[in-house]
Amino acid sequence: MSYLEYTVKTVPAGWRKMLFLNWPLIILLTAIAGVGFLMLYSVAGGSINPWAEPQMKRYALGLAVMFIVAMVPIWFWRNMSVMAYLVALALLIAVEFFGTVGMGAQRWINLGFMRLQPSELMKIAMVMILAAYYDWLPMKKTSHPFWVLVPVFLILLPTFLVLTQPDLGTAILLVAGGGLMMFLAGVHWAYFATVIAAGVGGIYAVFLSRGTEWQLLKDYQFRRIDTFLDPSSDPLGAGYHITQAKIAMGSGGWTGRGFMQGTQSRLNFLPEKHTDFIFNTLSEEFGFIGGISLLILYVLILAFCIVSALQNRDRYSSLLILGIGVTFFLFFAVNMSMVMGLAPVVGVPLPLVSYGGSAMLVLMLAFGLVQSAHVHRPR
Amino acid sequence: MRRAPKDTAESVRKISRRGLFLGGVQLAFAGALGLRMQHLQVDQADEFRLLAEENRINIRLIPPTRGQVFDRNGVIIAGNEPSYRITMVKEDAGNVDEVIARLSALVELDEDELNRALTEMQRSAPFLPVTVAERVTWDDISRVAVNAPALPGVTPEVGLSRSYPRRGDFAHVVGYVGPVSERDLARYETPDPVLRIPRFQIGKVGIEARHEEVLRGRAGAKRVEVNAVGRVMRELDRREGTPGADMQLTVDTKLQSYINARLGEESASVVVMDVTNGDLLGIASSPSYDPNKFVRGISVADFGELRDNDHRPLASKTVQDAYPPGSTFKMVTVLAALDAGVVSPDETVWCPGHMEVGGRRFHCWKRAGHGHMNLEQSLRESCDVYYYDLALKVGIERIAETARRLGLGHAFNIGMSAVTEGLVPNKDWKERERGSGWVIGDTVNASIGQGFVLSSPLQLAVMTARLATGKEIMPRLVRRIGEADTAEDAERDLGFNENHLRQIRRAMFAVSNNRRGTAYGSRIIDETFRMAGKTGTSQVRNITAAERARGVTRNEDLPWNRRDHALFVNYAPFEAPKIAVSVVVEHGGGGSAAAAPIARDVTLQALYGQDPPLDAYPSKDRERIRSQQERLQQVLRENDPDGRSRA
Repeated sequence: MSYLEYTVKTVPAGWRKMLFLNWPLIILLTAIAGVGFLMLYSVAGGSINPWAEPQMKRYALGLAVMFIVAMVPIWFWRNMSVMAYLVALALLIAVEFFGTVGMGAQRWINLGFMRLQPSELMKIAMVMILAAYYDWLPMKKTSHPFWVLVPVFLILLPTFLVLTQPDLGTAILLVAGGGLMMFLAGVHWAYFATVIAAGVGGIYAVFLSRGTEWQLLKDYQFRRIDTFLDPSSDPLGAGYHITQAKIAMGSGGWTGRGFMQGTQSRLNFLPEKHTDFIFNTLSEEFGFIGGISLLILYVLILAFCIVSALQNRDRYSSLLILGIGVTFFLFFAVNMSMVMGLAPVVGVPLPLVSYGGSAMLVLMLAFGLVQSAHVHRPR
Repeated sequence: MRRAPKDTAESVRKISRRGLFLGGVQLAFAGALGLRMQHLQVDQADEFRLLAEENRINIRLIPPTRGQVFDRNGVIIAGNEPSYRITMVKEDAGNVDEVIARLSALVELDEDELNRALTEMQRSAPFLPVTVAERVTWDDISRVAVNAPALPGVTPEVGLSRSYPRRGDFAHVVGYVGPVSERDLARYETPDPVLRIPRFQIGKVGIEARHEEVLRGRAGAKRVEVNAVGRVMRELDRREGTPGADMQLTVDTKLQSYINARLGEESASVVVMDVTNGDLLGIASSPSYDPNKFVRGISVADFGELRDNDHRPLASKTVQDAYPPGSTFKMVTVLAALDAGVVSPDETVWCPGHMEVGGRRFHCWKRAGHGHMNLEQSLRESCDVYYYDLALKVGIERIAETARRLGLGHAFNIGMSAVTEGLVPNKDWKERERGSGWVIGDTVNASIGQGFVLSSPLQLAVMTARLATGKEIMPRLVRRIGEADTAEDAERDLGFNENHLRQIRRAMFAVSNNRRGTAYGSRIIDETFRMAGKTGTSQVRNITAAERARGVTRNEDLPWNRRDHALFVNYAPFEAPKIAVSVVVEHGGGGSAAAAPIARDVTLQALYGQDPPLDAYPSKDRERIRSQQERLQQVLRENDPDGRSRA
């Protein structure tokens, strides 16, 4: 219980920390990023520009950030948790006023050398503050209604700001990520059961109300749901993207059509082929084998995170690592569900593979935290 | 600030439990994703592969080159000439307005066409070429080519467009092509996809329409890869089509042009036929029109003018119009009577100028009467009463039967549009179609080609050829399709008594060579080319008893459209027939005055193959013929497409 067990002696110092990094994780991350470079090279028609080269530079920068963050002891980051949350919140508010409109939503703040998406930053800050909160909160109070409401408020405040941008995808990730953090921290099952039951009941009620006098959604909203459930009902409208995405994936077959031979992506039938739908490009060109391999790489990352978290006896560190793993999981799970037609298209990139700066840097920063917790774990 | 880690056993236990549980859920979800992947990529791979191919592969048709139409000597009647157009690609042009401004300084651009092009450019994808000027000259094209660097995105293009170098000469024979209409498509159960190519043209009338399938050929196709917005990325493969087959007609362009020039603005038609094999050497209807105007899309004003013209330039009078044959039918009546044995050539009939039949008085054209008439005299002088008398003896059924054997009442399928059957009436027909019984007066009228009898100029020419040869001559317009000669059947003998035919031929010879013949004024002096013929004048109005009492109004005093039709049929040379000719001049007045001179000119032109020497004509006509020849030469030079291009 005392700090005695956590002596400087047992924690590696200086450059020796490099030896104690979770190297398999770094290799996995690099492998996934490598898949991304390959696909970005392919969708550019066999050119490192305009996507592969900037993406490589960002990954290099991300790797550097990760190492720097990893070198800093985890207790420093724990103490920075509240600050990180407040800064991210401030940036989210700032983006409301000074943000650049992109893709129909206010998301970016231009920092000159890069465009920052505060909502990305918030995903990590949220994990940090919830880990710190439950680290601080005595275990017995975890399921006390008041102490449950506090994190709920911490989650819903940024979620609301993100929704006004509007960015439904990130909002879903924030709520889901925060909720799972609470679950990991040991909040009583009953809370989750209630929320899930209420959610399912609500959705059921919405569908039941259709066509009746007390209809809960507007007709056009129902039509959007219809389009999601059956894209072929509107093949040239909203269903077009998902239909083309499925064609791209399905036409890959077992082994794919070959590197740079994917007709759906090369001929632009596939939308957003270098960002949200890059997984379809991969599946089209490398087939089921290629797709499942990337999925396995992602699962391995999760596995290493869980193992690292369970080895770590520090409550903050465990929660942080598991939370970052969950965030990572939500990223690729939502993206893959979306591009395979299992979920509505909400605009979530495939982590480390999709072209994009903020997401990659923030993820690398997050894995820097994971490494820091790993290196500075109590021994 | 360092703080002791919260390292309680309870915390570790709880986090481990929930972390492992969540890990399991995550793994399960990943497994579900894997299964979904397998479902899409393994189970449904073939379906999706097909959809992907459908997405990217477009089949583009390559329109075939239309077959050309030649005359008997290989002169082009319907050909394909390069047509130049200027297209523009928006994305290559950059500043469209500026490029258009520069282009219009070089080439005259049509305001409407330009506006249409600009709207099309705004609507369609930026990489698609849009036609800004069509049918521009070679000079325009070269100016554009020279200034290409200043005209980004502007491309001169060459295509083929149908052209009829002889313009009006063959308008009714060959017809014209035009853009495919909805009605054209509706005619086919499964229209050839080539018909859906924008601006594709198909035959609308005449040979072009009747032999459409032959002339069109088969479209080729190329498979191209397109991207999502339809831009062609590359050609995957192509299958060349088959060009349409060329056709050769039996007509002689030189003769046809002469006939057209000779007819001028008269509402008339002429058929010239080779009596040895039925080849139609000339088949002209006037006035004519320029089929090229229809290819380009005729203006409403021009079309209105053609439609409203009372001389009916759009009508193909040689095959489509049926006229009362008038006295040219008399050969039929007399042949029927000779065959029936009810008359002998020397038997005479007294013509007092009229005849009473069934309480009605039927007049001869000569009020004073012809007196005693035998066969040759009656035909030569076209005495009507003689034929009334024959008709009463032989009856309508035999006359009708003879008419049919001679080719009347039959629609000859020569490949032109709207070929009429004409009408050879008999008792059955009247019962069926008119619902009233045949009366004797009908027979009397029919005997001189009036009443119900109708025949087209083509049928009259066939009749004449059959009389001249005694054989079942079938008219032929198409000589060769592709490499295949159209079957030339050996003509069957019609089975008429040769002596009877000889009687009739001699009488026809007298028509144009006996001093008393109705066409003596149009005789041919050249002994080798003398002709045998028959005049005809068919009424288009009823002459009332009151009018007869006052004296029949002279044709010249009537309005044009109520004057008689003038007809003439003939064959030549008399001794060894080569050609048969029929001439119908609508509302021309008398056959001997209006039709016979044309027939003589055409006959001589056909037999000589050029302008005949003046001494083929009677001396008193020579001066007039000489100036007519000069005038027609002038017209022909102006119309000659080769002459024009040299000028």
